[in-house]
Amino acid sequence: MASFLAWLSVLSPWLQIPLIIGVFAAAVGILLFFIEIAPRAGRVYTIIRLAACVLFPLGVMWALQSWWWAILAAGVLGLLFFWLDYRAKAGAGYLFQLVGFLAPALILLLVGLVFPVIQTVGQSMLNSSGTRFVGLDNFLWIFTRPQGIRTILNTIVWVLIAPVVSTVVGLVYAYFIDKSRGEKVYKILVFMPMAISFVGASIIWRFMYTARPAGAEQIGFVNQVIVWLGGSPVPFLQVEPWNTLFLIIVFVWIYTGFAMVVLSAAIKGVPTEQLEAAELDGANAYERFMNVVVPGIRPSIVVVLTTIAIASMKIFDIVRTMTAGANNTSVIANEMYQQFRSFEAGRSAAYAVILFVLVLPLVIYNARQIKAQREVR
Amino acid sequence: MTATELVTTAEKPSGRRALNDTKRRLTSPRATIAALVIAVLWTIPTFGVLVSSFRPRNEIQTTGWWTVFQNWGWTGDNYVEALNSGAGGLTMLGAFVNSFAITLPGSILPLILATLAAYGFAWMDFRGKNLLFVLVFALQIVPIQMAFIPLLQLFSQGTVFGFPVIEAFGSAGYAQVWVAHTIFGLPLAIFLLHNFIAQIPGEVIEAARVDGAGHGQIFFRIVLPLSMPAIASFAIFQFLWVWNDLLVALIFADGNVAPITKLLAQMTGSRGEDWHLLTAGAFIAIIVPLLVFLFLQRYFVRGLLAGSAKG
Repeated sequence: MASFLAWLSVLSPWLQIPLIIGVFAAAVGILLFFIEIAPRAGRVYTIIRLAACVLFPLGVMWALQSWWWAILAAGVLGLLFFWLDYRAKAGAGYLFQLVGFLAPALILLLVGLVFPVIQTVGQSMLNSSGTRFVGLDNFLWIFTRPQGIRTILNTIVWVLIAPVVSTVVGLVYAYFIDKSRGEKVYKILVFMPMAISFVGASIIWRFMYTARPAGAEQIGFVNQVIVWLGGSPVPFLQVEPWNTLFLIIVFVWIYTGFAMVVLSAAIKGVPTEQLEAAELDGANAYERFMNVVVPGIRPSIVVVLTTIAIASMKIFDIVRTMTAGANNTSVIANEMYQQFRSFEAGRSAAYAVILFVLVLPLVIYNARQIKAQREVR
Repeated sequence: MTATELVTTAEKPSGRRALNDTKRRLTSPRATIAALVIAVLWTIPTFGVLVSSFRPRNEIQTTGWWTVFQNWGWTGDNYVEALNSGAGGLTMLGAFVNSFAITLPGSILPLILATLAAYGFAWMDFRGKNLLFVLVFALQIVPIQMAFIPLLQLFSQGTVFGFPVIEAFGSAGYAQVWVAHTIFGLPLAIFLLHNFIAQIPGEVIEAARVDGAGHGQIFFRIVLPLSMPAIASFAIFQFLWVWNDLLVALIFADGNVAPITKLLAQMTGSRGEDWHLLTAGAFIAIIVPLLVFLFLQRYFVRGLLAGSAKG
């Protein structure tokens, strides 16, 4: 496989795209063929099945370049399929099919995600070159450094502010456009930043924030507005401790569209009768919003809040592109990359573990919310 | 306008008029104005950069884009220069092509694998299925940062916990990034597609089974066509995600296979004041997702509503 990929990598990119997708589709096609004939009775099919049990180990060998793995795969496949299918209740070839459908994805996840996560937890307790066990020294190092504390505090500021602001603005906006003409266009305009990459958005906002000396003509729009209002230009990305807030604005700019779209769909589900009843009872627009609409879409609000909170906790691109963590704006994900770049694998892994621990409760809560919502439906 | 025309325009089908009435009663001019103001506020930053990217270099550096009527001047030179500029032997044009070469396989490969697995989880019974599915769901919560360093070792040395598992292909072009994006995209894809595929009516599947179709045929002839909307919306989701990604690119796409986001991030670091290059570069980078978004918005929104669990 490595030699195939090496051969592929010297071709033109435009040629590589159809080739890799084609090879992959062919492999999946062969897999589906064997899945299809697996349960059929008859000598021909038995021979084909046997061929599969030879072909797959050969494929494994080609991919992994190791006799041991190929022999292992052949043994496991041969034994499992013929012995278990012999006893299976679900019919001949069932296990073969099951493995065919699930194995590719699950093996990738196991080798590419599960094992690495376990390894990372282990590495966070090793020294930088991974040769010596140092216990919790890496974590101690992070928490005893003023810079490290600052990083974690910044991340907490992100999580406290970014989700609330984007959700509130998104909610209010969703309510407005629900009652305005030309809803679709407004929606697209606010939702558009969601398609723009964080990197693109960062450049857009760096340009907005650009400051030139007082008296000179401004090229950053925000500073121009300040000058129009009679103030003097502010170098937004350098003023501590507010610069983190200015980075958060970029994030809010992007995620408000997300909140708006999800909440707008929820608002459409609020029964009109309830709104009309409230109107008859003399509730004004604001009261109707707070007492009918908001309680009616509470589950959606919670999901949006936690989703954005998770995103803001892992925030990396904006900080990396706008300040690269300078002027005390660094966050955990950025610090993790920084340590990785300076070959401090242990410390980098420790940062990753901290991030994981912080994200965990939020995700569990979010998952439960979604599950509860599904049950209601 | 003649009298007859007036009459005909006044007499629309009553049902539609009722709908219009309700809509008019519910809309309020104040809400419309507020919505308009927010929409304009939200668009100004992008609009400003778009205008700036077409202004001559001197004009961008000295005057604001809102003075474009006083300081008239338009040029496409910024784009030509931006496409040919770059860092470390890679031009932005090359990085733009790289983005395609990373994104297309990076969204199609996980999609195919996930559809297979989703079918297995939805329509095949085996012991421990629910537990296994919950485990796959749980993998979504793992911040991808957790997997970076070991995954990089796996690609460059081919070892897991010190045992050789695969032949190392660390330096072979885009391969690392493809595999990385495939792995990171799988948990969410399996989860979303499973939810959709599991909702296909059981009678349809049963009927096919009675007619003698095996799992392979059911998957290919029934499940695949029926779940196309879900597959499409996830494809767009994954496409935008991979195209816009910076973190995975920084770790796994070194040298001249870097996508445009990575090159732009480097350029903001090294040439942060060259606004004529950065504004044009930003637009080259966002034009593809923007077009995808504008044309396929409906599917994207659907994917978003189904998958607001992604972190």
